[in-house]
Amino acid sequence: MILRLSDVACARGGRLLFARLSLSLSAGDAAVVTGPNGIGKSSLLRLAAGLIAPFEGTVERSPRLALMTEDIALDPERRLGEALTFWARLNGSADARVAEALATVGLAELAEVPVRLLSTGQRRRAALARAVASRAPLWLLDEPGSGLDAEGVVMLERVIAEHRAGGGAVLLTTHQPLAVPGAQMLALDGLVPA
Amino acid sequence: MTLIARDVRRGYAGGGAGLVCGFFLLAVVLFPFAIGPDRAVLARVGAGAIWVAALLAALLPVERLVAPDMESGWLDQIRVHGLSLPLVMALRIVAHWVAFAPPLMLAALVAGGLFGLDRAAIGRVEAALLLGTPGLAALAVATGALTAGLRGAGGLAGLLLLPLALPLLIFGAGGGDLGALKLLASVSLLLVAGAPWIAAAAIRSVRD
Repeated sequence: MILRLSDVACARGGRLLFARLSLSLSAGDAAVVTGPNGIGKSSLLRLAAGLIAPFEGTVERSPRLALMTEDIALDPERRLGEALTFWARLNGSADARVAEALATVGLAELAEVPVRLLSTGQRRRAALARAVASRAPLWLLDEPGSGLDAEGVVMLERVIAEHRAGGGAVLLTTHQPLAVPGAQMLALDGLVPA
Repeated sequence: MTLIARDVRRGYAGGGAGLVCGFFLLAVVLFPFAIGPDRAVLARVGAGAIWVAALLAALLPVERLVAPDMESGWLDQIRVHGLSLPLVMALRIVAHWVAFAPPLMLAALVAGGLFGLDRAAIGRVEAALLLGTPGLAALAVATGALTAGLRGAGGLAGLLLLPLALPLLIFGAGGGDLGALKLLASVSLLLVAGAPWIAAAAIRSVRD
């Protein structure tokens, strides 16, 4: 088991977003969360990451995980390679993994470019590269396809498939169609997930 | 070390430390204009004026200490990587002190000369700054966390930091005798011990 949510409820700002949500991901699994804006998709990921506590229920997770949100958390003045190496070192990962990860997401030639000069799509790829370099078994991806062009979406689907094939698990939210074969589909559409 | 090195680099980036020192010296230079050129008076108020200028200069970087990392998701990633927020805030205090205090102490040598302080008096001011600036760095980080994400954070930071820094000012500018220095060290230690927890709690209250 890499992630298990048992009868979880989530409340933010005094408002109950969802309740009685259960989900279990093992090696190779994926779950795709959909639903309208403000329904609690991002909160679900933050809850799974341990950044917020469940209002009810329990969350068990792998101690090593990667979280990708719209906030890329890379120092804007640093070169992309250096900014990612900072996180790799905190993970205890070898610096060489950063170069591999950048190549995987198609940013190898931008390693020396300051983060502030990257486009929106390149920033999303850079955030994905941090997850790839982490080698964490659990990936939590919040709208990972947002801002990516068609080629970027294909790359994203390939990277997710490779992560799952390598024994990882993925929980992602999306508004756009993504090819994630065999994924559990979770539609947040009210207090009780469909 | 990775975290401290990153924060120290950010402290110096964009002329941050130079800005603090420049502001400090400018504030110090204003005093003779306000109270006149009498050397005896200047020497008498010199230590106090240097401390007031140091407190005001300490306000400058407060907005950059925590808020940018909160807005960019950096602090969320830190937590996801399993690092404790109080530890990260304690390291940030160390990094902020490294980036802010040594240049300020160098600038205080110049300020001491401007006030006509003798060597012994400059030595006492430097000793007081050495003991007091860790507390000032801790206060700055805690204030930065408490005001991060708030509208008008800069002004609010001043309203929070300056009253809390009064004990540092009183004992730091208190003539530099051993008793005052011991009390200054005690206050500084208390602030350094408490600030990481306060800063971490403030961050959690916003992000959770």
